[in-house]
Amino acid sequence: MDHFPTNWGRPRNDAFDAYGTYPIHQRPQNGPKDAFVDGVQRTQQPIVTGTSVLAIKFKDGIMMAADTLASYGSLARFKDVQRLFPVGDNTVIGAGGDMSDFQYIQTLLDGLTIDEFTAQDGHTLGPAEIHEYLAQVMYARRSKMNPLWNALLVGGVKDGKKFLAFVDLLGTTYSASTLATGYGAHIAQPLLRKAVEGYENVLTEEQALKIIETNMKVLFYRDARSLNKYQVAIITEQGVRISESKTLDTHWSFAEGIRGYGAQTQ
Amino acid sequence: MFRNTYDSDNTVFSPQGRLHQVEYALEAVKQGSAAVGLRSKTHAVLLALKRSTGELASYQQKMFRIDDHVGIAIAGLTSDARVLSNFMRQQAMSSKMLFNRPVPVNRLVSAIADKAQVNTQEYGRRPYGVGFLVIGQDKSGPHLYEFSPSGNSYEYYAMSIGARSQSAKTYLEKHYKSFEDASLEDLVRHGLHALRETLQQDKELNENNTSIGIVGPASHFEKKPVTGESFRILENGSVRPFLDTMVAKEAADAPAAPAPAAPAAPAAPASGDEDVQMAE
Amino acid sequence: MPAMVSTSQPVQQSFNPYTENGGTILAIAGADFSVIAGDTRQSEGYSIQTRYAPKVFRLTDKAVLAVNGFAADGNMFVKKVRQRLEWYRHAHAKDMPIRAIARLIQTMLYARRFFPFYVYNILGGIEEDGTGAVYSFDPVGSYEREACRAAGAAQSLVQPFLDNQIYFKNQTPAPGTAFPKHLPLSTVLPLVIDSFTSATERHIEVGDGLEIYIVLSKGSTALQGLQTVRGVQELTATNDGERVFVIRRELKKD
Repeated sequence: MDHFPTNWGRPRNDAFDAYGTYPIHQRPQNGPKDAFVDGVQRTQQPIVTGTSVLAIKFKDGIMMAADTLASYGSLARFKDVQRLFPVGDNTVIGAGGDMSDFQYIQTLLDGLTIDEFTAQDGHTLGPAEIHEYLAQVMYARRSKMNPLWNALLVGGVKDGKKFLAFVDLLGTTYSASTLATGYGAHIAQPLLRKAVEGYENVLTEEQALKIIETNMKVLFYRDARSLNKYQVAIITEQGVRISESKTLDTHWSFAEGIRGYGAQTQ
Repeated sequence: MFRNTYDSDNTVFSPQGRLHQVEYALEAVKQGSAAVGLRSKTHAVLLALKRSTGELASYQQKMFRIDDHVGIAIAGLTSDARVLSNFMRQQAMSSKMLFNRPVPVNRLVSAIADKAQVNTQEYGRRPYGVGFLVIGQDKSGPHLYEFSPSGNSYEYYAMSIGARSQSAKTYLEKHYKSFEDASLEDLVRHGLHALRETLQQDKELNENNTSIGIVGPASHFEKKPVTGESFRILENGSVRPFLDTMVAKEAADAPAAPAPAAPAAPAAPASGDEDVQMAE
Repeated sequence: MPAMVSTSQPVQQSFNPYTENGGTILAIAGADFSVIAGDTRQSEGYSIQTRYAPKVFRLTDKAVLAVNGFAADGNMFVKKVRQRLEWYRHAHAKDMPIRAIARLIQTMLYARRFFPFYVYNILGGIEEDGTGAVYSFDPVGSYEREACRAAGAAQSLVQPFLDNQIYFKNQTPAPGTAFPKHLPLSTVLPLVIDSFTSATERHIEVGDGLEIYIVLSKGSTALQGLQTVRGVQELTATNDGERVFVIRRELKKD
């Protein structure tokens, strides 16, 4: 009971507990924490960004690809950035969106893998568990209005089961046999679905690689924030392989014939 | 009553290097009625003897469900058990929330063991007065663990805790080699035989005083449809078919009657009721 | 200064924590059964994210929850409801009755009155008295018990159809007769399927797959008819008497 009628009907100031209503160690700290709260900035837009990530299921597991470009607006700022990241023995995550947020996610996952490794009890985190964890982190951050500005693909194989799923800055999740983030969701996804759906358990590694290469090429032709250098991750029961960066063989001679693009003067 | 100079605070060692408060807590476990746990390749089971304070009173709950895949039987202070089982339920649920994974049983047991250890070291605390048998199933199969207030936890093929548990232990040690390949019905029967050893003279196991906890595929004795292989507690009428499988004590090749002089189990810390030595 | 350029302060585009993931759900209560259904398409704008993302969830053997709206909020909400039900199970060693679940859901939704879960919930199942029940909610917790409800992207297409076919709105009974208060399952199931095929036809966010959950009360006579339905699958977990089934159907994927 507040014995000061002037306080009645006003918001309580829980920072000052005049009557010792709470045990000291659980006294709520509802007041401003420090003088700088108003100065704290939250991510409102991505700065250095990666573009699409593609992933498909094939006979032996999951194949994922992303180019190695990190853009600063329309500037191709960093041209050798790895956007595929292995977690544990049978999972890879691929990221589009803000690269600094992605690097923060990598440190989170590194911490998690170390904790899990330290237990040394034979229980390991598979792709499904890592995806769930990421979904919780992303959703928690969006709920604090302080999102990690990424779209992530999580792929892997564990106990004979292929896993491929998506999570983004809102915490939205879904799973399908082909996935693509960013521009790729519009350009590559229809092509991937046509090539993969119904053949998830048939496609060989070579065929899958071919599909991935074709789609990375389409994206390089059409996506102005893409690069002709990309990496492919292959996750099978045997483990994770992430390739060196591959260069796409593209042909631009057709551009010669386009008015206003090629060498012609008028 | 004077007992000892070194037992008023659990953070003080006696000159013999012992923490008497912790040992008294272990005594509290021995005051509780007995619980028995056994494990096979496919199942883990718990059996417990429920006490009632009299004809008019109900029986004390001895088993708690922690999650679909984990359950415990307790011996000692029920109120302490509720605190710890609540903590275990929280752990199980946060594992589901964060990773969508049933918590590995060993990690659950380690978590409460770590909590118990803190109480043996920090000033102004007291150890928990309760011991658990924990059964559960995870990716590495069925498990049985013992947790004790000293902060220790061990995995077992078979184990018993509580009053006169030494007699049950003697029975288990004699038969444990056959548990690995035993059927669920045989496993429970062995458990009941072991639990019977802890009874006072002229008492017997019946529908009212026996609880059975199971993880693993259902028995044909179980009426309720079991979803998957999740932990369930059988009580009252449901334990009847299992009780009926018991072989009379004289007929069975049961060991000699619960002998106070039964040899100490190698797996158990050498201890008896006369454990605490007084004057130094 | 050119007229086209704004002279006001620069405005920062702030982060929008919500999106809309399409899809439609519906539920119909019978005398001793309840049907809860939803399509399985998840979309954002014109993109189909996946063709299979369930929106209908079995909570207990007597309660099924359908969630529609912002998928991330929906999944999190179902997870939290399930946690609360698990604690109830720990405390009382039984499943929470559906009317208690309904009130729980309203409390949980209203607790977030000023940062709502952007989801429309429909809860279907069996009451303790054995009658079929449907509860529908708005995102901040207003709720009522009804005989039928549709929600989501195609609510405006499906609800009028149900009003006409379940409540017999704008129909006149033949002289000397009255409309039935409750329809049998054999009438309700085709209505549900037709609702979704129609919604798929006319709404771009509806389609791909259909999941129909059916909850039967103890000894419901609808059981015989149900067991002959193609592809029906039982999900019952306890022996309390209520039974849960699911029927899966394809919808057009274009």
